Formats: sequence, C-alpha cells, structure tokens
Amino acid sequence: MSGLSGVMFSGITGRGMVLLVLAALGLAVAPFVADRYLVSVLTTVLWFAYVGQAWNVMMGFSGLLSLGHALYVGLGAYVSAALFVHFGIGPWAGMVLAMLVAVVAGCVIGFLGFRFGVKGVHFALLTIAFAEVARIGFDHITWVGGSGGFFLPVEAGASDPLNLRGSPVLFYYVALALVVGALFLSRALLHSRLGYQWLAVREEPDAAEASGVDLFRARMTAVAVSSALTALGGVFQAFYFNNLFPEQVFSMGRSIEIILPAIVGGIGTLVGPILGAFILTPLGEALTFLIEAGGLDLPGLKQLFYGAALVVIVVFRPEGVWPWLARRLRLVRQPGEGA
Amino acid sequence: MPIDYYLNIAASGLLTGLVYGLAALGLSVIFGVVRVVNFAHGEMMVAGMYGAVLLGGWLGFDPLLSAPLMAALLFACGWLLQRGLVNKFVERPEHMQFILLLGIATILVNAMLMLFGPDARNVQVPYSFDTVEIGSMLLDAVRLRAGAAAIVVAAALFAFFRFSRTGKAIRACADNPLGARVVGLNIDGLYALTFGIGAAVVGVAGALMTLLVDARPQLAPEYTLLSFIIVIVGGLGSLPGALLGGVLIGMSEALAGFLLTPSMKSLFSYGVLIVVLLLRPQGLLGKRS
Repeated sequence: MSGLSGVMFSGITGRGMVLLVLAALGLAVAPFVADRYLVSVLTTVLWFAYVGQAWNVMMGFSGLLSLGHALYVGLGAYVSAALFVHFGIGPWAGMVLAMLVAVVAGCVIGFLGFRFGVKGVHFALLTIAFAEVARIGFDHITWVGGSGGFFLPVEAGASDPLNLRGSPVLFYYVALALVVGALFLSRALLHSRLGYQWLAVREEPDAAEASGVDLFRARMTAVAVSSALTALGGVFQAFYFNNLFPEQVFSMGRSIEIILPAIVGGIGTLVGPILGAFILTPLGEALTFLIEAGGLDLPGLKQLFYGAALVVIVVFRPEGVWPWLARRLRLVRQPGEGA
Repeated sequence: MPIDYYLNIAASGLLTGLVYGLAALGLSVIFGVVRVVNFAHGEMMVAGMYGAVLLGGWLGFDPLLSAPLMAALLFACGWLLQRGLVNKFVERPEHMQFILLLGIATILVNAMLMLFGPDARNVQVPYSFDTVEIGSMLLDAVRLRAGAAAIVVAAALFAFFRFSRTGKAIRACADNPLGARVVGLNIDGLYALTFGIGAAVVGVAGALMTLLVDARPQLAPEYTLLSFIIVIVGGLGSLPGALLGGVLIGMSEALAGFLLTPSMKSLFSYGVLIVVLLLRPQGLLGKRS
C-alpha cells in the first residue's frame, strides 16, 4: 500500500496536502450544509469535472484531439436507459454494456483514424463526424424515442439506490465518487508503463516509435479508456435527468462543454479538469442568476461567456489555470504534472 | 419523366452546391496559406446572411447587391481578426488554434442569437417564385442567380491568385513561408490579407445563401462542418477541389433529401466524408503531403 500511496501523493507539498484534505472534506460534507440548489450546482460541477477528466486521457495524456466526446456520453446514456426501460436492467449492470458499446465506437473511430493516418485536424473532424452521424441517426431510432426524446420512469420519493433512483444527494455522492475514482485512475495510469508511453506518443510520436512504443496500441488504449470513462458519465446523466434528446446529448455544443474544463484548468494535468469545472460552472450559474435577477431574457449569453472564457484562457494562460496556480501557491514540488 | 425528375433535382443540387463550394473556398484559402483552420467559418457565413437580411429589410437591397457590401465588411473583420489574434497563434500547436477559433465561433453564434433571436428570417425578392425553363428542366430563378454569382466570384478569386502580383505573393507564402520571408515579402501582412479574402468570400456565400434558405443562428455550426466536409472531400488547400467538393455535396444532399427523408440528408454528407477520409485522406484533388 505504501507504494500505491507513494505514487498517489508524491510531489505534493505540505501546503498542497492541507488544501487537498480541506477540499476533500468540504466536498464530503457539502450536502449536509448546502441547500438543494447548491447541491444540484455542485453535482453539475462534478459531472463536468469527471467527463473533462475522461477527455483529458485522450487529449491531455496522448495528444489526440477529440471534438466528438458527446458521442460516448450519448451512447452510455442511451444504452443504459434502453436496458432499464425495455428490459428492466438496472444501471449498475447496464453500465458494463454501456461502456462496452462506447469502447467499440471509440475503437472503430480510432482504428479508422490511426490505420489510415488521419491526423490532427482531420482526426478531430472524424470524431465530430461520428458524433453528428450518431445525433442524426438517433433522431430516427424510434425504439429509443427518436427526436421526440427518451424518458425514464420517474417516481416521486423513490429510493432505490440499486437502480440509481433516489434523492439529489444520492446523485451528488455518486458524482463525487466518479470524480475521485477518475482522479485516482488517471494518476495511477500516468505513473504506469502505459502512461509514460502515452506521454512519449504525445510529445514525439516518431521518437516514441523508434524506441519501441507501439503507437497504434498506445493510442487505441487511450481511446478505449477515455470512451469507457465518458460513457459512465452518460449513464449518470441518463438516470440523473431522466430524459434524453439526441439534439442535446450528441450535440457539438455538448462536446465543446466537455472539453472546456480541461482547457481552462490545464490540459494534461490531473487537477486541471476539476479546477476548470469549479471555475466555469459556478460562473455560468452566477451569470444566469444575474440575467434573471435583471429581468432579462437573453438566451445565448451564458454560451457567449463560455466562448469568451475560451479565448481569454487560450490567449493569456494557454497552459491552463492550474499549472500557474500550483506554481504561484507552491502546491506541488515540481511545476507541471500532477496534484 | 422520372429521369427528368432526377435531372431537375441534380441540377438544383448543383446550383446550391456552387454556393457551398464558394463558402468552402474561403476556408480552403485560409487554411492553404495561414495553415489555420477557421472554426468560425459557418458563423462568418451566417453573419453574411444576416447582413443581407438586414439590408434587404431596411433598404430593399437584393442579396446580389448586398453581397459586395458583405464582402467588404467581412474582409475588414477577417483582416482584424488575423492581425489582432490569430497571427499570434500561427506558430502554436494545432489544438490551440482550434480552441481559439472555437471560442470566437461560440461568441459569434451566440451574439447573433442574442441580436436576431432564434427565428428564421429571410429576404423578399420579386423573383422568388419564378422558374426558368432549360430544355426539359425547370429551375428556380433564385438558385440560378445564386449559382451564377458563385461562379463569378470563384472565377475572380482564381484569376486573382493566378495573375495578380499580390496573389502570386500569397501563393509564395503558402508554398514556402521562410523562402517568402527571405525574398522580402511581408508575411504577416499577407496572412492578414488572406484571412480577409477568405472571410470576404464566405461573406458573399452567406449573402447568396439567403436566396436559398432563411437565416437562423443554428445554421452556423452546420455550415462550419459542411465547409470542412467539402474542403476535405475536395482536398485541403486545393481551390478547384473545394468547388468540386461543394458541387458533389450539394448534389448528393439534394438527391438524398429526395430519396430518403430530408432530415437524413446531412447523414449522407458525413458518409461521403468518412469514405473520403479513409480511402483518399488528401481529398479528391489534393496532393499527398
């Protein structure tokens, strides 16, 4: 165990450790002190932190830009919801198939992309194309409601954690568990043989290949891990919101929302996606609140703000907020990787 | 009779495709020279559409008359954008450029949503229901005009790059930026000019598009993706390829919309894209790098 905890917490300064413990404690007790609204906002924050972390495995660790991650969210959501509605199979069992379907989709895209040498911009476009095909395709699959939407049965006051039915607090803790799990998994992966291969492939594909790294395998595993994790986020989304519309779930806008936290927080860092989600979602909520308080009806202002955030970050802090913050506050021993 | 039917659909798809191709031409010009993918392309196109809608509403301008004005306006915007922001990103990693333009696209589309609302808006032209008979085919007057205008603008663009000194300088930049700098060309200035030209072309395409479809902010991301698809199908950096790709996608969309349901027509374009990416990643008329 000391080996594992050594990997998990190495490089963090005393100060960083105190902050980490405080943040963990705060999140653990939050539902006892926060009201319903705040819990729902925090759940959204955690969801974006989680899927941002999942996206980060592809872009941040392996240098594969995916702009179609909504595809994996949507597949995870639709598969688990369809199993539940049509066959009565709960999400804890259904998530296995949901992840499997997403991994297969990811591997098909990855296989086509990597085997045929589709790189950079072209690869990103390939991911968009598949997400769009899924969006239009699901609009026409009447078995899961088509464009009219797919709805999960909702019972007021139901408490059935085995089927992921219950209060918002239940979902809060599930989301928190997802974030913590993804954080530890990412950290462990980064310090594994596979993780070092990913970083090598990201930095210098040619050099990595020359020193014996199987580029195709390294990239495929990155896609598989990322799509599987993202699909879990989709399962959560389906059972949390209880409704699915292809227009929303698979949309390009959703894919962009998924990549935002990692970009703002810091691509390729472990804390980045979490910090990014904690910056963006509350700001977006505050903006919505201000608009409503001002009696204005301005759809699009929140998205406009997100766009501006992207531009500001990429111009002034291209490496993200976290690396800069960690250096300034001396939270980690070495600048760069890790929490 | 059925053959005539298909011919008619193919011909109107071809004319729409020329406007698509013109929009893609702008994207291709920018990518070919500045090496930056303009992720805000469809947003610029819809800006051109709204410009034509406003001018049509206020002054009764025909979109064909609004087109040169939109070209001038978007040229200025593109020039400023390249000078002010994008130029700093030319040497940065690809994903950074992507994210920057994605941010700009998001700002543009939502600004238009706030300014004009989500509802479709159009331009009234006196000939909107006229048809022209060519042989056994019956073509919409609006489509014919839009297609013809697209050809004229594309021809002007080809001539500019082929014969003018500035056009040649830009091509030199595209072929070898370092060499171009060595012989004393002002690379940054030419990049700004190129981005301006690309934006102007897509502005014209937008104005022409109002003859065919109503302006809605939601069209913007669709047109961005459509332009990408066309450019990749035709070959990144190849100008004739962009036009050919546009015509191809326009015709396949029209036929797919007729044979399948209209809502599935863009599925067809993505299918074409995936096939081309896999079989000929450099595009139909592109060169292998």
